[in-house]
Amino acid sequence: MPARPSRRPLRGRRPTLGPYLLIAPAVLGMLYLLLYPFGRALLISLQDFRLRELIRGDAEFVGLRNYQTLLSDPRFWDVVRRTFLFMAVNVAAIMILATLVALMIERLGRAGRAVVLSSLVLVWAVPVVAATTVFQWLFHSEFGIVNETLTDLGLDSFEGYTWLADGRAAFAILVALIVWQSVPFAAITLYSALTTVPEELYESARLDGAGAWTLFRSVTFPLVRPLFMLVLSLEVIWTFKAFVQIWVMTRGGPGDATTILPVYAVQTALANQRYDLGSAASMVTVLLMSGVLVLYFRQLFRQEGDQL
Amino acid sequence: MTPTRTTRTARKARTTAPRRALRRLPLRAAATLTVVICLFPVYWMLATAFRPSRDIQSYDPRLIPQEWTLDHFRTAVQADGFALFWRNSVLVTLGAVLLALIVALGAAYAVARLRWRGRRQFMLAVFIAQMAPWESLIIPVYIISRDTNMLDRLPTLTLVYFMITLPFTVVVLRGFIAGIPPELEEAAQVDGCTRVGAFRRIAFPLLAPGLMATSLFGFITAWNEFTYANFLIIKQQDSRTLPVWLSSFQTTFGTDWGATMAASTLFALPALVVFLALQRHVTSGLTAGGVKG
Repeated sequence: MPARPSRRPLRGRRPTLGPYLLIAPAVLGMLYLLLYPFGRALLISLQDFRLRELIRGDAEFVGLRNYQTLLSDPRFWDVVRRTFLFMAVNVAAIMILATLVALMIERLGRAGRAVVLSSLVLVWAVPVVAATTVFQWLFHSEFGIVNETLTDLGLDSFEGYTWLADGRAAFAILVALIVWQSVPFAAITLYSALTTVPEELYESARLDGAGAWTLFRSVTFPLVRPLFMLVLSLEVIWTFKAFVQIWVMTRGGPGDATTILPVYAVQTALANQRYDLGSAASMVTVLLMSGVLVLYFRQLFRQEGDQL
Repeated sequence: MTPTRTTRTARKARTTAPRRALRRLPLRAAATLTVVICLFPVYWMLATAFRPSRDIQSYDPRLIPQEWTLDHFRTAVQADGFALFWRNSVLVTLGAVLLALIVALGAAYAVARLRWRGRRQFMLAVFIAQMAPWESLIIPVYIISRDTNMLDRLPTLTLVYFMITLPFTVVVLRGFIAGIPPELEEAAQVDGCTRVGAFRRIAFPLLAPGLMATSLFGFITAWNEFTYANFLIIKQQDSRTLPVWLSSFQTTFGTDWGATMAASTLFALPALVVFLALQRHVTSGLTAGGVKG
């Protein structure tokens, strides 16, 4: 919204230019560092933009051709399918484990609760690149502790097993890493929601003879549902940020086994110099994400509507 | 929360002690398992970093190192450019956080205290910016930086990190400012302070915890950022930051996992310290802040 100094100053007030000056740097930042790159990406996805155009800067407008190329490429559809699978597996594992951990924390005594919460916070704090490096070491083929333990347990086939050379195994390790990193935030948030459920509700439901599962399904869950949905949509969005873990650990390999959309976009653009196709893939990613985003914002504003 | 706890203890007291202990066994086991799964990777990082190389490359690794050594930390610190990358990381992070703090303070004040047209729209834009798909903007940011001769330069990273942390900072600071009663400032204004002076003398000191918390979270975000640091700093190796250095550590050091784990420890340490210091906020107030942003 542009600054509109009112011509007729209100009684006792100066013309309201102040607020606009205060937000100007933030607005400029958002325009130049977010909106402009986004518009640029949209434009590039509609141009013929390769290494030559990057250097000479005379990209030609080609309409939706890049999108056509992309959508008729079976490899792209494999990536899309894999992205959804990756997201579904991760988010399901995160939400189930986080709910169980939150329920567990609620039932623990004071000391146990403090210990579990502290360890969760510790995991939350480990930087992504450090955690990824540590997981690479845990699953190292020769000296990794996982292989040593599995071999000691009598599973000799794991001696010197190279996890990252096998597509499914690499996929599984990345899921394990992301779940390990994401459960703390979800669990702590869900736990803080659980503490708001009044104990009287449990008491009366128990008097009615409700078992543990019925209690959870008909008392606990409906009450924490808003926050649960909020965490769920956040986790879906954040799974896209798994780019870093994938790039550091496998670069999308072996083959294409761990290539999800953001990885595919960067590979196409920066490794193969097809900036146009990469941008088109990014736009498709944003489009897919925006569905979840709308869900997230609806939930957010239902919770905080009055504050906005 | 307090009434809940008392009713629960009352209920517990009715069951006898041994039966209760038995019934709580699965719960204890689950809690122990959770803690072990959480801590083991972190523990293993430390244990590897502190044990001698021949212990690391053994087919019978011990859970607790028998000998302790600082050799790996020495290797990591003496590695090419470590001090430089550390300095780069600190510079970029501090620059981004300070910039975000100053810009966000103004915007948050305008949103929390002043009435103006477009306030709702501005906040909506901030919330959307908060969820910006940064992973999908890497290509245009790369191209724009290239066109404006900003590739391989630390200020570019500072600007990007500033924008990544700004929305969260605005949202949280707005909450903190709204929590300070405006009457305090009004009273100071009656006593002859200017509006700015009133804010600086009255509200600003009360904001200290909020500024602290948001800047530390901004610090962690910028400190950990990998993608942009990796793709915007290409030719000028002297401008690299720690996450990128760490990710290339294995190519530099080959199979020296002790040194790699020591480097990971050195890199993770600031974030761990900050987080544990903030734990109280993390588990209460900022969880909500985290959800909101």
